[in-house]
Amino acid sequence: MTVQEGGVQEGRAGAEIGSPRKRSEDARLIAGRTQWTDNMTPQGTLHVAFLRSPHAHARIVRVDASQAMGRPGVVAAFSGADFADEQGSLPCAWPVTDDMKHPDHPPMAVSEVRFVGEPVACVVARDKSAAFDALDEIDIDYEPLPAVLNMDAALAEGSDLVHDDLGTNKSYTWVFENGDLDAALRDAPVVIEREYVQQRLIPTAMEPRSVLCVPDGDDFTLYSATQIPHILRLMLATVTEIPEHRIRVVAPDVGGGFGSKLQVCGEEVLALLLARRLGRPVKWTESRSEGNMTVHHGRDQIQRLTLAAERDGRIRGFKADILADMGAYLMLVTPGIPILGAFMYNGIYKMDAYSFTCTGVFTTKTPTDAYRGAGRPEATYAIERMMDELAAELGVDPIEIRRRNWIAHEEFPYETIAGLTYDSGNYEAATDKALELFEYDKLRAEQADRRDRRDPVQLGIGVSTFTEMCGIAPSRVLGSLSYGAGGWEHASVRILASGKVEVVTGSSPHGQGHETAWAQIAADRLGVPFEDVRVLHGDTAISPKGMDTYGSRSLAIGGVALFSACDKVVEKARRVAAHLLEAAEQDLEFTAGRFSVRGVQEEGKTLQEVALATFAAHDLPDGVEPSLDSDATFDPENFSFPHGTHLCAAEVDTETGMVHLRKYVAVDDVGKVINPLIVEGQVHGGLAQGIAQALYEEAVYDADGNLTTTTMADYLIPSAADLPTFTTDRTETPATSNPMGVKGVGEAGTIASTPAVVNAIVDALRPYGVNDVPMPCTPERVWRALRSETKPDTAEPGAGGGLGSASASGSDSDSAGGAQ
Amino acid sequence: MPRIRVEVDGATYEDDVEPRLLLVHYLRERLGKVGTPVGCDTSNCGACTVLMDGMSVKSCSVLAVQADGSDVTTVEGLGIDGTTHPMQRAFHEEHALQCGYCTPGMIMASLDLLRENADPSETEVREGLEGNLCRCTGYQNIVKAVRRAAKEMREPAGQEVTP
Amino acid sequence: MIPAAFDYARPASVDDAVRVLADAGEDAKVLAGGQSLMPLLRLRLAIPDALVDVGRIGALREIRDDGDALVIGAMATHHQVIRDPLVREHAPLIAAAAETVADPAVRHRGTFGGSLAHADPAGDLPAVALALDAVFLVRSVRGEREIPATEFFVDWMTSAMEPDELLVGVRVPKPGPGWGVHYEKFHRTAQAWAIVGVACAVRRNGGAIEEARVALTNMGPAPVRADGVENAVRGRPVSEDSFRSAAEHATEGTEPPGDLHGSPEYRSHLATVLTSRALAAAAV
Repeated sequence: MTVQEGGVQEGRAGAEIGSPRKRSEDARLIAGRTQWTDNMTPQGTLHVAFLRSPHAHARIVRVDASQAMGRPGVVAAFSGADFADEQGSLPCAWPVTDDMKHPDHPPMAVSEVRFVGEPVACVVARDKSAAFDALDEIDIDYEPLPAVLNMDAALAEGSDLVHDDLGTNKSYTWVFENGDLDAALRDAPVVIEREYVQQRLIPTAMEPRSVLCVPDGDDFTLYSATQIPHILRLMLATVTEIPEHRIRVVAPDVGGGFGSKLQVCGEEVLALLLARRLGRPVKWTESRSEGNMTVHHGRDQIQRLTLAAERDGRIRGFKADILADMGAYLMLVTPGIPILGAFMYNGIYKMDAYSFTCTGVFTTKTPTDAYRGAGRPEATYAIERMMDELAAELGVDPIEIRRRNWIAHEEFPYETIAGLTYDSGNYEAATDKALELFEYDKLRAEQADRRDRRDPVQLGIGVSTFTEMCGIAPSRVLGSLSYGAGGWEHASVRILASGKVEVVTGSSPHGQGHETAWAQIAADRLGVPFEDVRVLHGDTAISPKGMDTYGSRSLAIGGVALFSACDKVVEKARRVAAHLLEAAEQDLEFTAGRFSVRGVQEEGKTLQEVALATFAAHDLPDGVEPSLDSDATFDPENFSFPHGTHLCAAEVDTETGMVHLRKYVAVDDVGKVINPLIVEGQVHGGLAQGIAQALYEEAVYDADGNLTTTTMADYLIPSAADLPTFTTDRTETPATSNPMGVKGVGEAGTIASTPAVVNAIVDALRPYGVNDVPMPCTPERVWRALRSETKPDTAEPGAGGGLGSASASGSDSDSAGGAQ
Repeated sequence: MPRIRVEVDGATYEDDVEPRLLLVHYLRERLGKVGTPVGCDTSNCGACTVLMDGMSVKSCSVLAVQADGSDVTTVEGLGIDGTTHPMQRAFHEEHALQCGYCTPGMIMASLDLLRENADPSETEVREGLEGNLCRCTGYQNIVKAVRRAAKEMREPAGQEVTP
Repeated sequence: MIPAAFDYARPASVDDAVRVLADAGEDAKVLAGGQSLMPLLRLRLAIPDALVDVGRIGALREIRDDGDALVIGAMATHHQVIRDPLVREHAPLIAAAAETVADPAVRHRGTFGGSLAHADPAGDLPAVALALDAVFLVRSVRGEREIPATEFFVDWMTSAMEPDELLVGVRVPKPGPGWGVHYEKFHRTAQAWAIVGVACAVRRNGGAIEEARVALTNMGPAPVRADGVENAVRGRPVSEDSFRSAAEHATEGTEPPGDLHGSPEYRSHLATVLTSRALAAAAV
């Protein structure tokens, strides 16, 4: 494999950070030489298929798996009862309140099922088709119980219960208040109240989940398509009581996650238990339709919002009352997701009072959990939509209303009403740049013209001036929020005898490009060529310590850990170099990978020479151990706060309701940038997902609690043909919370774009009296909004094209619409 | 069981296959050609796209028996003598992949696109790739990569390049 | 997911194929391009006992000139149909609609006949066949018969063919000169099914509409011929007013479904708007 590098080729010291280095990961990925979990099938591997509940809620009366055992190739068949004593309960690491209701969550249901798709039995067979065929032979009697689907109804007195023993469908109520909201609302010249629904989304990483567990005596290696090998290892040990040091978790090539693989899945626990019981490698890979039902979903909140302002547009206070759908169980961080938004409803604005109340509600749906942005997109949507509503109410340009409220660049660091300290930012600069790239005035003129002409295709302009808190880390803060762990990250640097470098990171990439960006950091800090650095990750045996990848934390935490570890290497090497050069340490300078005596450039030792001398250890200073290897664990004092201004121009066909995105400009400030190519790619992908929430995606349940969007034919992921070309640019205001000045970028595009798009659509339709279109803004919903119908009727899903009626067991229906 | 004979990436295989065996599972499980992944059940995602007798197909929607007598090219069959194909190179140069799961299908679909249109516009690339979903890149760099490869393949730098 | 097991036959000729179908019984299915069938098999929404693969019968791929009509072999792929000079000359509406079907890879495998025999009201080609007064040529061991498009599409995913019958081709009358055509497909994403589609052919005589043919996709359990629109627009001047008022008849005789992407009410609205647009585009 020879991939020719463009751009920066030579490892010129000091030139790596900030350079658009092409990714080293690509070579194997473009050639199909990949290690997806499902690509691995050790000799003797058994294949697992799960039988899943076709009911939203039912009591399991009887399970008879004996007939499945007789099928050719079948090695074992089990029900949940067969594992009841050893499968434990899937973990929730974030008990957000002391009195949070936290039900048991058996990996395989034993006595009751609470969402369609919950596993109830499994078959283990020689091959996948044998396992799958035998599912038909498992006989289960269910006693159906009432589905609980609507959050408001679920909280009402006398509602049917998801978990009978809890006595309520309320998991928790979490409150944050600062300032005197009553005073802010009292006699406020402007009060705006709105209700927004953050629809349920299916994360849809392109690689379906897969897990392979290989037993070796009492030891187990579990390969999994996971974002969190380290957390998974600890949790598997906790759940199964197999000692942590007997479990090795490997995240090989992982095909995207977006939060969906930040989970401890029942199937992972069961693969481990099956491998232990059967003594053979066991593999399970989900199908897409299985995954849509069972991989945790995202969003699904109802937001009831109140904004109080002065006549001049200055915000007095903001109130957010949230209902958050937990689904049927609390998974790894389910209850904490909406809480991550609690600190973001104030956005980039100053105000006197703020109140946030969130109630977590159980329903008989797939559990929710992290999905790209996790709580922050919801909050940003709320405030950015409300800012546009305020602008419309006052007849002020939406940019101007923001200017009147945002934190000015000279006011940083700024303590917000939500209790965070924003370390840095320059909203003016990002906005100015965005307006210029967007040609804002020109588009406003076109909008006015179309309005005058009563053009059936109207133009709308949407603004989103966002910030977000990411680099999910500060352990003390996480502790204060009752999160079950810290948020540090670990890195170690090994200097080999030949002077080559191995970097070990606890961060676990699944598409982000760590192998490239981490090598850039190490190359610069150590003054070695980029090509001399190898980055190791994603295997608890190789990288024993880490907190993994999510919440835009890799660079701002893990990258900084690496930065510090490199500096420790240099300090160790300095002692050896000083000894070899017969100079005092303080007289040495280290540039471009070489120690030299200040003022005597010709005498020096490269890091490689020092490494070799250290390896030989023939002549080291007294008390110096023969190793330059170093590690560091970084735990920041604060989150990082990327921000930016996104502008969207949307054409809305008022006759059909179809929305066409005409132009999208994103100016992001993610602080110092290691690799602008990777940053731009993250922004592009984030935009696509945020736009998809605004326009296309929604997980829909029918009245019986069946998910009707089980396939990609029904859950609409946009293709290249459905998305516009983005104009992206950056401003660079370094973070002050870490020595590199970096901030996270992974979620920014998703967080910012959804309100920009919906604001644009609503802006187009304001002359028609429209002030909201619920998401996703389907053509029908736009059309109904134009007819002043706030609630679109929900037709019975499943007819007229699409595969929406695909049943859970996938075996008892004889016809449906088909792909063409 | 029907017996099939297929050429895959330059090698010939003869196998007895169950009629229900999908081409993609034949490639992955019988031939060990795991470079072609599976992303959905409904032929929407295109991750499994390969060339069959020179034209793109979704190998999850073709039975192995239907491929009998065909010449199949997967992403693993691209490039000559250990070099990379211009399309693969362009995906790298333009940062047209992140997690890489859709990439084999994207590359094969892109080659098919250029077979019919050697100089596609941005819109033509977007429409030509409507059957391939990517969740990471937002497609912008994929579009750039395909156009870059097209240019390079129209004006090959010295060497002949074919899929 | 993996299809349930089935028997498989690959007849070499139409005669063989109909014999196999006759012997196979009701639970056999014809495998054409498989692009509609394969997802249903994988999801186990279809569990046939046997598949009769007609993919190797070369004669079924032919597109030929038959005097005052074209005969399009059932196994001609969408890809082939879109590029075929005869189709482009005499039935450009078919090419226009076929271009909107799914995506290029699916169009390489998916067939003209397969799409029609599948009789999915959300499919793009049934409405086109209806608008063009196509005739379906069907064979079985009992002989050959012709089914006019008006009788072919019976109900949701149900055609007038018997289980032992094989669609061998479709005869499409040549409309003669002077026709403009347009297929207006309205869908949320490029890959998605039509929420509503309008197949439209219009013959102008100077500034007036002499004749129009209009049929609707996904406005009922089967494609719907919009007779009311055709009658209303006949003889009217070529103008937006004519098209708009004629399009008011678009919903006559429809039973639009409700699903994730559109309610019956919205579909009715769309049918009207899109019909007007399709007429205008065809009349250019």
